[in-house]
Amino acid sequence: MDFKFTEDEEVFRLEVRQWLKQEIPQKWIELDPGIWEETEESWTLAREFQRKLGQKGWLAPSYPKEYGGLELSHMKRLILAEELAYSRAPLSIEVEVTVNWVAPSIILFGTEKQKKDYVSSVAKGDIILCLGYSEPNAGSDLASLQTRAVEVGDEYVINGQKTWCSYGHLADYCWLAARTDPDASKHEGISIFIVDMKTPGITIRPLINILNRHSFNEVFFDDVRIPKESLVGQKNKGWYQLVIALDFERSSIGYAAANQRLIEELIKYAKETTRSGEPLANDPLIRNELAQLAVENEVARMMAYRIAWMFSKGLHPSYESSMSMVFISEVMRHTANAGMRILGHYGELDRDSKWAVMNARIMRMCLSSLSIGVGGGSNEIQRNIIAMRGLGLPRK
Amino acid sequence: MDLGLSEEQEMLKKLARDFLQKECPKRLVRQLDESDQGYSSELWHKMAELGWMGLVFPEKYGGSERNFLDLTILLEEMGYNIVPGPFFSTVVLGGLTVLTAGSEEQKMEFLPKIASGEMILSLALTEPTASYDAASVKTKAIAHNGKYVIKGTKLFVLNANVADYILCVARTKQAKNPENGITLFLVDAKSPGVKCTLLKTLARDKQCEVVFDNVTVSEKSIVGERDGGWPIVKDVLQKATVAKCAEMVGGTQAALDMAVNYAKERVQFGRPIGSFQAIQHYCANMATDVSGSRFVTYKAAWKVSEGLPAALDVAIAKAWASEAYGRITLSAHQIFGAIGFTMDHDIHLYYRQAKAAEIIFGDADFQRAIVARELGL
Repeated sequence: MDFKFTEDEEVFRLEVRQWLKQEIPQKWIELDPGIWEETEESWTLAREFQRKLGQKGWLAPSYPKEYGGLELSHMKRLILAEELAYSRAPLSIEVEVTVNWVAPSIILFGTEKQKKDYVSSVAKGDIILCLGYSEPNAGSDLASLQTRAVEVGDEYVINGQKTWCSYGHLADYCWLAARTDPDASKHEGISIFIVDMKTPGITIRPLINILNRHSFNEVFFDDVRIPKESLVGQKNKGWYQLVIALDFERSSIGYAAANQRLIEELIKYAKETTRSGEPLANDPLIRNELAQLAVENEVARMMAYRIAWMFSKGLHPSYESSMSMVFISEVMRHTANAGMRILGHYGELDRDSKWAVMNARIMRMCLSSLSIGVGGGSNEIQRNIIAMRGLGLPRK
Repeated sequence: MDLGLSEEQEMLKKLARDFLQKECPKRLVRQLDESDQGYSSELWHKMAELGWMGLVFPEKYGGSERNFLDLTILLEEMGYNIVPGPFFSTVVLGGLTVLTAGSEEQKMEFLPKIASGEMILSLALTEPTASYDAASVKTKAIAHNGKYVIKGTKLFVLNANVADYILCVARTKQAKNPENGITLFLVDAKSPGVKCTLLKTLARDKQCEVVFDNVTVSEKSIVGERDGGWPIVKDVLQKATVAKCAEMVGGTQAALDMAVNYAKERVQFGRPIGSFQAIQHYCANMATDVSGSRFVTYKAAWKVSEGLPAALDVAIAKAWASEAYGRITLSAHQIFGAIGFTMDHDIHLYYRQAKAAEIIFGDADFQRAIVARELGL
């Protein structure tokens, strides 16, 4: 057992930190978009930053060198992810989806041409893919999806509706799961495609999220014709590819690092703020609450470290990632709620108020944290995975 | 970074798991819980033969020179099985104190006897205030003709009823700062004036009231510096807190394993109850809690083992494990339903352990106060 980073890793951490200090644009810091708060303005900044990270090799550090990666060790990737999140670097959630879920799936299942076309572009920061998974009647029960892809000559013709498609209005491509064999059982007839979002027949309708921002979309496919080569991996085996991809990179270290920063800001606030003539930091209830947040976040961090460590040993975490996800989602919600109690009325203020504190981060988090624990597999689904895959409890 | 066990640690863990399963069945656990003595001399000597008591002592004191982390791995297994007896008192509270702060003469006298299973120790720290701060140490030791006379009442003293020697934390000087003027004495439990009364407790662990009624000890019985005992106590408390967390991690794992096995076997409505989502989610939460407790505990234990500053990590581990063990055993009880509410069933043994472990060395609130301080609040 050894909980310290090597000297080389510590040097790397400093290098990343230094670089981020120089490269995070002032404008981004002013905009300070939290999760699900991107605007077109912040999106543009994030795209520029994505390319810079790509040039540095830090966007997709783990990819094979031939596709633009650095083949960086798992521990260094952990450090990088920690520093990016802690520094609130301009990275949208869709970049993470593209880099950590989509492109690794292409590396595993794609053709050589697809790897050349897409993976290298992802690593350079040139493209973003959105997920075309959920449908109105296929949420947690994703395998019930009904969007159809029919093979006609050299093409597939797609018809159906996707929903919760994050940043679909800004993405270049869609990573689409569609039914190619309606007669097979629900897990057997699904295939995965890459679809250019500019293809005729695609209609996008915005869904305005709880933070009053346009992050999600409904995407309609009406006779959308895509070349046959858009199929990724084996026809009708898409479900299994998709499940494997869900196991990639779910260490949630980024959430733990970002939340760490928020807790530190709450501690600072408690030390600097006086209420009824006493610093908040002297109130035993507030001390207890803040300490509990720190304890929980440390537990979350260790869970995330464990995932990275398992990868570094060549092991494949699955239910362990679910544990980590469920846990951090609850820690984040707890942080937001405890933060509201500590800030009192001030916690209610949005950031356009001159009275707002901590740039209204707590109230924004109070809203945005509702999504953690729902998106990417709800906590209930994660607990099912822990129970059945992890503990071997029976399905029936 | 490496969050796994070494090959040697895996071996120790497996050996301990198998040995205790065979030599310390729940039948024996119950029998010892119900007895006044609280330990089996036969099991005690077998554990000594395996080298467990001297695990972290240097070879010249009859030990096998393993590190603190190895000891926590062993304690995790002892927590998994539940092993009634004075191992924690003797090795962690007593042995490590003598090893860290004792004179060469004391080490030569005590450590080999601990290692061989001949000697049982106990630490008498807490008093009727039942807290772990220096100001609560009111028991006095007054110098008199080159000797010391100890007078006071110690409470919640683990295993003092079977101890050969009691490490008594006493005040030798009144000072403005209560951390000054505290001295540790190794007191022969048979000394005139030592009166030990067993307390009846929830966990049926052997906590005692120990009255020191003008007990005379020689100057040679002082461990460490006169008046400078508090840093020694703080050091041993830190180690004991992590060690207790390790035991708790073992206990949480056992409670989870028992509940999951039961959920797979128990059939209601024509299917195993473990196929119901309500039960599955209890189990998933328990498993997540076990994992969380384990890795923060390992981190704290590693820091202590490496001699790094560990106050924050130890407090985090105990704050978390204290509540997690309670949550886990409570969920286990819920899964077992009525059968868990019987003396015949084993799960209550863990529920009781969880309660005692939650409180000893400071509960979650106490630990969070330390965390807050360490974070600069």
